[in-house]
Parts: sequence; C-alpha cells; structure tokens
Amino acid sequence: MDALRYAWFPGCVSRGACRELYKSTRAVAERLGIELVEMKEGACTGAGVLSERNPELAQALNARTFAMAEQWDLPILTICSTCQGVMSGIKHILDTDATAREQANQAIAADGYTYRGTSRVTHLMWIIVEEYGLERLREQVVRSLAGLRVGPFYGCYILRPREVLAFDEHPGRGTYLEQIIEVLGADPVDYYGKSKCCGFPILTMNKANSLTMAGTHLAEAQDKGADCMVTPCPLCHLNLDAQQPDAAKYVNRSLDLPILHLPQLIGLALGMEPGELGLGQHVVKTNAVVSKVFAAAA
Amino acid sequence: MAIEARLRVRRYDPESGGEPYYQEYETSVPEWGTVLDALIQIREEQDGTLTLRCSCRSAICGSCAMKVNGESALACKTKLVDIAPDGETVTVEPMGNQPIVRDLVVDMQPFWDKVRAVQPYLQPDGPPESGREYLAPNDAMQHLSGVMNCIMCGACVSECTVLEVDDKFLGPAALAKAYRFAADPRDDKTQERLVDLFDMDGGMWDCTHCFECVQVCPKGVEPMERIVKLREMAMDAGLEDHNGVRHSKTFADSVEHSGWLNESQLAVGSFKLTNVKDQLGNMPVALRMLMSGKMPNPIHRPIPSVREVRRVFDETERQHQQQVAESTSQKEA
Repeated sequence: MDALRYAWFPGCVSRGACRELYKSTRAVAERLGIELVEMKEGACTGAGVLSERNPELAQALNARTFAMAEQWDLPILTICSTCQGVMSGIKHILDTDATAREQANQAIAADGYTYRGTSRVTHLMWIIVEEYGLERLREQVVRSLAGLRVGPFYGCYILRPREVLAFDEHPGRGTYLEQIIEVLGADPVDYYGKSKCCGFPILTMNKANSLTMAGTHLAEAQDKGADCMVTPCPLCHLNLDAQQPDAAKYVNRSLDLPILHLPQLIGLALGMEPGELGLGQHVVKTNAVVSKVFAAAA
Repeated sequence: MAIEARLRVRRYDPESGGEPYYQEYETSVPEWGTVLDALIQIREEQDGTLTLRCSCRSAICGSCAMKVNGESALACKTKLVDIAPDGETVTVEPMGNQPIVRDLVVDMQPFWDKVRAVQPYLQPDGPPESGREYLAPNDAMQHLSGVMNCIMCGACVSECTVLEVDDKFLGPAALAKAYRFAADPRDDKTQERLVDLFDMDGGMWDCTHCFECVQVCPKGVEPMERIVKLREMAMDAGLEDHNGVRHSKTFADSVEHSGWLNESQLAVGSFKLTNVKDQLGNMPVALRMLMSGKMPNPIHRPIPSVREVRRVFDETERQHQQQVAESTSQKEA
C-alpha cells in the first residue's frame, strides 16, 4: 500500500483553545504511520463567518490554501468538521463557477498562486475509513475499548449538504464515527441529537438557544447511557465541553459527560497514555473514561 | 414489476387523549411508486382512518411534506425503489416543529403567520414608471430564481435545529422569503426590511448554519444561504449594532491581522465593550478554560506569510465594494 501522506491543515482551534486535538492528532498519525506535512502558511477558512461578510474573500483565502497543497501535490487533511465543510463548499463553488474561480485566482495571483482544481480536501475521520482502512485499524488496537459506551457527535459541516461532501461517492460517511467506535471495541450509543447542531455558531448572538441545543444533546446521550461523546469537530467540542457547566443550567439538570476528540479515542485504543493525548486538557474531566478503559484492559 | 412496500407510520390523534404509536402496513405498488402512492393506497384499501394531506402528487403544491426515515421530504417525490430497494421498512412520521393535528397532518398556522410577518410582497414607492408593470432586467432577477422556487411545504421548518429550542425564531422559510423581496431590484423597502430582521428577536442572526434546511428543501431554495445573504446585505448597508456584526468584524480583523483566528480576541470583541454583563459573562468560561489548559496562548503570532493574507483582504474588499456599488446603482436605476 502507498504511504499515506497529507498536507495537514490543523485549523485555528487546534492551535488555540483545543491544543489537545493538535497533540493527539500528531501522536496518533505517527503511531499509524500517516505522514502529516503541516500547512503552517494556510490561512483560516473563514468558518462560514467570512463568507457572509464577503464571499469573494473567503473564496480567495481558501483558493490560496488549495493552491499551496497543489504545489506540494498532496491532499489536504483537516481535523475539524467546520474546516472540512467550509473548504468543501468553497471548492465546490470554485470548481463549478468559472467567474468565482477567476476572481479568486486574480486575488491570489500577485503572490504566485493559482488554483487549478487538482487538490482534494479530506478529513481525518474520512481517511481512517476510506484510505487507512478499518481492518488495518482493528489490527492496531492493543487496548480494546470494550464496555465503553460512546455517543458519536458529528458536527453539521461534515454531514450536510451531502451533495457537496461527496456522499454519493461515499454513502457511508454518515456512519463513520459509529464504525470507528466499533472497531476500537467500544459500543456506539444511538441518539437523535448525534447529527444535530451543537449550537456553537450562535453562542455570542443567542447564548440561551446555543447552550440549550448543546445541553439537550448532552442530556440525551447521557440518559442513553453514554460514558462520553466523541467528535471530529473542535468547535462542537468547545460548546459541549467548555460550555457544559453553563449548558446544564439552561436545560436545568446536571451534566457530566466528557467530550473526546476523535484522535483521543483512537489513541486510547492504540495503547497511548492519556498525557500523550492531552486528555487532561478538558473542562469536563476525562478520568472516569480513562479509568474504565484501563480497568477493562487490566 | 410491483414493489412490496412496508410502511411504519406514526399514528396520533390528540383529540382522543391517547398516546402516539406506530402502525405497520404492507402494500404493493408499481415500481415507480412513491411513499405517497403507498400511503394513499393503504388509506383507500386498508385503513380509512389514516390521515394525511396531499393534493397535486407532482411535487408542485407542497402539501405532502413529512418525515421519511427521519428526514423531511415530499412523500410524492420520494420513490420507494430509491429508499427501500429490497423492501426495507420505511418509517413515516409527521413534520417536526409544528403541532400535530392528526397522524401525518400538522398545523401550518405558525408557518403562515411567520411568512406573513415578513411582508412577502413587493413594496415599490409609487406607481410603475412605464405603464402597468414594474419591470426588471432579466439578469437582475436571475439570482432570485432559486429562492422563488419555494412551494411553502414546510420541510425546512420541520428540520430547523433552532426552532427545536426556540419557537420565536422566524425560521428558514420566512427568512428566505424575506430575502426574496429584500433582494428584488423593484422593491423600495429593502432598508426597512433589513433593519427589522436585523433588530428583532428571532431574526437573521439566530440561524445557526446547520445546513438542515439546505439539505431537505425539495426545490433547491437553500434557505440558510439566503439568511447568509441577508446578513451580508445588512452589513453592506451599514447596520452595526448587533453581536453578530461585532463577531463578524472581530473575526475578520483577527484573520487579516494574523492569518488565523485569535479566539481570545473574538470572545471579547463579539460583545459591546461597554456591556459589562456580557463581558463579565465571559469570565466563568475563561476561568474554566484557564484551569484546564484550554486558554489560547496570549501571544498570538501571525503566520509568516501574513502579508499575502492581507493582500487577499485588500483585493477582495475592493471587488466586494465594487459589487455593492453596482447593485445599489442598479436598484436606483
């Protein structure tokens, strides 16, 4: 099999408030033999915020990032549902709207960039299933997560719109989290809120709605017996983890559900230490999850 | 060739005082049969009490929106062969976020009230200059063709994640309709419309970008994308006093300055600096993040090639201003 090598786009949040995501991604990729060439010069995707200020700005910023990866001749790897969704959406526009592409290329030409459309953008969750392979991952599991009940939480941008996210080509993309959870030996918890919005985008505009959304999903997963949630999106993580004590007030009940980043859950099953995975850098403590995993493996 | 259809239908009659339950039916429909064909056949041949709403059966009237396997769709546009090729059971439920009248029929009154609230009609100043009609050049209307396809079926409202927690939100259908008129070159109430939707509770800033409405709309209206455009129009029109604009502006300033987002700056800049309550409201979460090692590094270093990013800002800002000027002059013409 060809070596897996990617232009890694870590996104802003994994270098800001969720550095444990950056750390665990690096550690897990190294363990799995996935080579990550970090895009240190890539700019923020705009997260959907810049698109609504000035669509041409968001298109040009991302065209510049795509052009860099094209120069390296590597696919872009994201670790954030929002980065993935915004990049997929803008790539779709640049690939289908000649005027938009021309405008974007005009804005990045002065620095020697041209977007040609040869790049592709994929997410860690997708490549684990589609390129690394679930069976290969299963062989790497040295500490089965048997008995751990995990609620998947996808994040909107990696699920919708399906047309832009190539679901026709990869119809299973709506169940990859469950598939990965199972391969690691854990039990996926099914609940309504798993594909819904965490509320993060309106946190500063309507805190009550935002945290009622987060609290509702957390309560549902907790009531269905989840020991933790796992998410491929650090923005979901922030609303579900860092805001969890406030979300509990909005839904008027107690909540205590650790929120793991996808590489942290994988890393636990690969036998890595909690510290290597940054499991201490959470607002909702992950000790109970770690103890349960270690006890089952003992 | 016929298809064996297995339907699991949510039954509920609020007037009976009973609880909702699921009932399974089996029937045989032609290979081109839709979920609606199966439902009608069941009602006519097996169970006359099964209640549903439909009319045109051709994806034009918008009457038969319901949840099919958990996702809102027009029953008349959903072929059984596509969703249950091997005779799998198909779950059929009424739309969400709207009161159930009976079985698959919901009360659309709140839907219509919200659409009416955005004044969904053209409001020009005075009579048309050229005789009987308000004329607009074709290319000035082209961008509205998608949003004008709305058949008011309610599928977007049914899936809206904000409406699940807040029924005051105007919702995707009404906001898309508002955009359809605000962006119409013949309308002279654009500024008033934008101000209303900008300031009100449940207006343009309450959408959470979840793409549910874009995904389920059977007519390609893309309501969320219209809400995004309303925000863009409002900011272009100079409306400023909202956390949504402060958030957007701080976000843009941060990326322009350093190439990537400064989350600490965003947390402060998204609220009015003089709003002590909002600013203090940041404190508990900031403290929690600090204690757990989640506080971003206070020294936010720009990416090495930040000059390139700033050039992109300059260049596209110029393009954008030019477009805004063009569309304003088109409106005035």
